[in-house]
Parts: sequence; C-alpha cells; structure tokens
Amino acid sequence: MKFVDEYRDPQAAAQYAEALARLVTRPWTLMEVCGGQTHAIVRFGIDQLLPPDLTLVHGPGCPVCVTPVELIDRAIAIAGQSGVIFCSFGDMLRVPGSRDSLLAAKANGGDVRIVYSPLDAVALARSNPERQVVFFAVGFETTAPANALAVHQAKEEGLTNFSLLVSHVLVPPAIEALLGAPGNQVQGFLAAGHVCTVMGWEEYGPLSEQHRVPIVVTGFEPLDILQGVYMVVRQLEEGRAEVENQYARNVRRAGNPAAVELIRRVFQVVPRQWRGVGEIPHSGLGLRPEYAAFDAQTRFAVADIRAVEDPDCQSGLVLQGRLKPHQCPSFGTRCTPEHPLGATMVSSEGACAAYYRYRPRQEEVQG
Amino acid sequence: MSGDFSLSCPVPPSRYGQVLMAHGGGGTLMARLLGEVFFPAFANPLLEEEHDGAVLTLPDGMRLAFSTDSYVVQPLFFPGGDIGSLAVNGTINDLSMCGARPLCLSAGFIIEEGLPVEILQRVVVSMGEAARIAGVAIATGDTKVVDRGKGDGVFINTAGIGLIEHSLHIAPRSVRPGDALLLSGDLGRHGIAIMAQRQGLEFETTIQSDCAPLCGPVQALLAGGIEVHCMRDLTRGGLASALVEIALKAGVQVEIAEAQLPVQEEVRGACEILGLDPLYVANEGRFAAFVPQTQAEAALEILRGHPHSAGACRIGQVREGRGQVILQSRIGVPRVVDRLSGEQLPRIC
Repeated sequence: MKFVDEYRDPQAAAQYAEALARLVTRPWTLMEVCGGQTHAIVRFGIDQLLPPDLTLVHGPGCPVCVTPVELIDRAIAIAGQSGVIFCSFGDMLRVPGSRDSLLAAKANGGDVRIVYSPLDAVALARSNPERQVVFFAVGFETTAPANALAVHQAKEEGLTNFSLLVSHVLVPPAIEALLGAPGNQVQGFLAAGHVCTVMGWEEYGPLSEQHRVPIVVTGFEPLDILQGVYMVVRQLEEGRAEVENQYARNVRRAGNPAAVELIRRVFQVVPRQWRGVGEIPHSGLGLRPEYAAFDAQTRFAVADIRAVEDPDCQSGLVLQGRLKPHQCPSFGTRCTPEHPLGATMVSSEGACAAYYRYRPRQEEVQG
Repeated sequence: MSGDFSLSCPVPPSRYGQVLMAHGGGGTLMARLLGEVFFPAFANPLLEEEHDGAVLTLPDGMRLAFSTDSYVVQPLFFPGGDIGSLAVNGTINDLSMCGARPLCLSAGFIIEEGLPVEILQRVVVSMGEAARIAGVAIATGDTKVVDRGKGDGVFINTAGIGLIEHSLHIAPRSVRPGDALLLSGDLGRHGIAIMAQRQGLEFETTIQSDCAPLCGPVQALLAGGIEVHCMRDLTRGGLASALVEIALKAGVQVEIAEAQLPVQEEVRGACEILGLDPLYVANEGRFAAFVPQTQAEAALEILRGHPHSAGACRIGQVREGRGQVILQSRIGVPRVVDRLSGEQLPRIC
C-alpha cells in the first residue's frame, strides 16, 4: 500500500538500527509522547532493534487513558438517561469509570453508539429531533478541529438537541509538567506527528530551549519512529537541544492555520485533570462562553458527579514513563484487558494494553 | 503543575455481572463465558474437543459431524451476501472444518413482527440458492414470530450433519511440529464489508464479503489424498483467534509472517484508517489448514484449482512449543499474537 509499505521496509529498518548502534556512545532515555507511537513500537518490535543503552519510555499521549474517571462516570450518567443518544469513538467504550464502562451502560439499556466522526453525531441530531444527541469529545489537538466544526455546524443550523461532553487535552503543557516534575529522567522527546499536523511545532521551541531538551516531531510508521529516535539521539550526542521535524511530509511549521483558527473560535484553554496524573494548568480545552449552550455537563446537570479514586492502579507512573507496564505488580495478573484496573490496559493506544497484547508472558501456558 | 503528580486510578468491579457485547466477540471474554458457564454445565467428551463441530461415531463405525450456529447479522443484506447465504454457508463451513461432506441442514427462524414478507422471501430464496450451490438439502425447519422490538428483523439458526468419509482425525490435537500452515485466500473482506455498510463508510470500490461454502475446497483436498491435520474457518476473531486456539490446544508454536498475509488493498486501507488489524477481522469464506510439510505444495495446487480458494497460499509453519502464535512483524521482529478480549473497536486518532 502506497505511503505505508515504504515506511515498513525491513532492510531500511535494519540500516537505521545499525546507524543508531554506531551513534550511541552512552545511555539515553527518550519518551515517545503519543500512544499511537507506543503501539507501533511494540507491535512492530521497534524497541528490540535499538541498542541496549537506549531506553524508550512511554508517555501520556493516549487520550482515552488520561480522560478523567469523573468524566467517564458523567458520560455513563448521561448515556443512562432516557431520550439520549450517546455517541463516542469506539475505544472509549471499554474504559472503566469508577464502577462501570460505557459498554456496561449500553448493556443496561443506554443508547450508546460508536461513530467515526463528530459530524456523524450532528447528523444523528438532525435526523432525531426528539432525542438529545451527545458526543464524547475526547482527544488531543488532533481531534479538536473536527469537534469544533461539529459544534460550529450545530450552532449555525440552530440544532438544540446536540451537545458535547468535552475532555480535550493539550500536549505541550503535559511535556512541560513532565519536565518540571522532580526525578524526571527523560532526556529527549518524540513529539506526536498528528498533533503537530494541526498545531505546527512552533510552541515546542520555548520548551526545548528552556529545559535544554531535544524534541523531534515524529510520524507513526516504523521508519518514522526509527528516524525520529535517530534525530533525537544525534542531538543528544552532539550536545544540541532543538526542535526538529522528522514528519515533514505532513507537518508544516505553522500547522494547519484553518484548523487552528476553528479550534480557537470554539474552544478556550482551561485547566484539566489528567487521569492518573492530576491537574495540569492550561492543559485542556473547554467550550467558549459563546458555545456554552452546547456543553453536555450543564445540559444534563452531571457536573457534580465526583468519582471515588482508588490508589491500587499504577497507571499514573506508566503515563509519566516512570514505570514500564510489565513492571507493575498487577500487570497480567489482577489487571488484564478483560478486568482492567486502569484505562492504560484497555485503550487501543494504552501502553499496558500494548505490552499485554504484543509481549510474551511467562504464565502463557494454558489448557 | 500544581504540586507533584498524584497517582490514582479507580478500580472497577473484577467480574462481569451481565453479558456484554464483547462476550460475543470471539475473544478472551467469550472463551471465559464458555469455560465458566457452558462447559461445566454440558460437560462431555464430544464438547471438550472444542472443534467447529462434534464428531459422532455411530454403532456401525460410521462417523458423522454435527454442528450448529446462529446468525444475527445487521444489515440483513450486504455486498457479497446476506443473512440467508451466511446462515447456510456458515454451518456448511463448520461441518467442512471437521472434514465432513455436508448432507443436510435444519433452519430455525426467529422473525420480528412487522418484517416485510418480501424481505423474508429474499432471505429464504437466498438460503435455498446457497444450499443448492453447495449440494446440501435444508431438510427441516421451524419459525417463531416475536413482538416488534424483541428481535432485529430476523435471526436464523442452522444446524447440520455431514458424513466423514475418511479415517483422518482432523482436530487441533492432530497438529504436529513441522506442519505447514496454509490459508485459503485473502483476509478481512467480510468484516470490513459489514462494517462499511453498518457505519455508512464509503470507499472507492465496494468491498465484497468473502461469504462462500468451503465444502468444495475441503472435499478436493481430501479426495487428493492430503493428510489434513486440522482446519479452521476464520470467522469471529479472525485468523489470530483461530491460530491461538489451535496452538493452545495442540501445545505447539505456530509461526506466521505479517508480510506474507494476503489482504486486499481496499481492506488494508480501511483497516489502517479505522485502526483495525486484519489479523482479527472476521471472514466467512476462508480457512486455515495444517498439512504435513511434504504435502504443502500439492495441497496448494489443489486449493488454487477451486474458485473459493483460488488465492490459497502458505503463511507459516508449526514448531515445538508451548501453545503460542509468533508473528514476524513487517520490519522482521518477532512478537506474540494473542486473542483480543472482545470485539475490535475503532480507535480515536
């Protein structure tokens, strides 16, 4: 398949591995921010091609994983109301709230539907004027433009039965928080290519400069990731700390100005809770006052729902790259995709799910 | 950042008190439901083979295969087939995987009040046609009508019996280290065709379901003297789930290479967009066969001579092991293939 196969070429991958082995002179720790990259790394076995001195830790860039448990509980509360069609991207459905998941809400009679675009939810609102249609707007900067467009369209059309349950998060404040946290060990970052396709990469300049850390905007195919790693390591070895763009075939310095403009028109920057991490200032998007009528939290009066947190799950450490999934005592024993303790074990971009699915386990001898 | 990170995560209940859609997805949850609810209640040696159908030995030594399956697909009609042809071919294929020649089927209908008779007729005519093509009689049947809202148009159950006319023991336990693994054609078309219809996804060309009867290719293999060790049709859970089950049951290591798996360009594209792995997508006219290494080429030649397995190819081999499937990734690194917990869900971005 064009634009995919070229970036999965085994010979080229082996050449990158050799080049990296020649380049590395001492131990380095890199973080890939995005969960999509984490899955590619584990699915294709990219980390097994790296020299032993090079450690990749997995970052907080899985929107499903960092969606606060309260928001999931609120989503379930809304989905359980009669007359509501609750729309979500597929991989939010299995994520555990404090008691249940949206899948269970569906089994309990809630009208929960998987959609592929927020505009499909707007279309549902249009064709079901007697029902309230709610879209669970999660994601990083990547999904924000389409969600903004959905609200904008609903407002233009005067749809009064459409609303968004918003849990948008932003990448640069999360990197900032990780770098500023005591005991940080990450020396270089692979920034998420898709996020930068929308936002560009200018906002990473000050971060890189202030914290003296190389940041390379990186794609998602195996060769993209190997090249991104190579570029970060080369900077580290040469003592440089800059922002570079590996994913130039998709990412421009200024991003996609039309998409950015749309986000700014509909959303404003707000503080946001990150599941397993805590509140990070200026790290989320919320609806602007002009679009407040489309906020599902006020429309359905669920803003008071608070979730009971439990200290057993260590996904917070995993999301910050301080613990590898298999190092968690619950991994694969008390915590599995069927009975997850945390969202990182269920999401298709969650690091624990990636390790569980693609890595051999000692106890894998059954029947 | 306000203070240090707080580290907390809620703990959901450890057991499911109710059945979720994921319990029907062909993954780990379904395997558990079978293991915890059904097998203990029904326990008997026939069931414990965990094959696509049961193999019964009659007093005169003749062996019969017996299998059943229910069909609840939405939409009822999709490119390349419909619930009727699916219900006939599905059970024919389950019988074929036991190495049996399908003889006859039963058909049970649960019809929702309000279903247009014209729709029912189209479904039933399609079943008749599929049965004729496969040379199988629909010998008995039943209809029930339920209140509007208690069904989804029509649900169909079919059961079938087939005659086993050879002395092979075709089952996971017969798989041996050294066996070659063959695949009867490209992967993922049925699942993606259904998903595209259901979700209104449009691709440049319409993806056709691979729904087809597999009795022809299977009978050809057996008639050609191939010593088939095991066969499995790749329905729910796709190739990955089938291979994991067989590897576990046989106690061997099954090795496949990602780059050798045949997947149509449109299907690969759809999978890339939706974040699905073709390895887990359902097929309705594809099977995997384990045959002795020495007969692999002969088996492929036979399969390729049949229209429903013209795209047959060799995708892997069996080694000594402990019940694992190992996939050589596209960049040449081996990794474990596991079952999914439930259905594959499309990702966010």
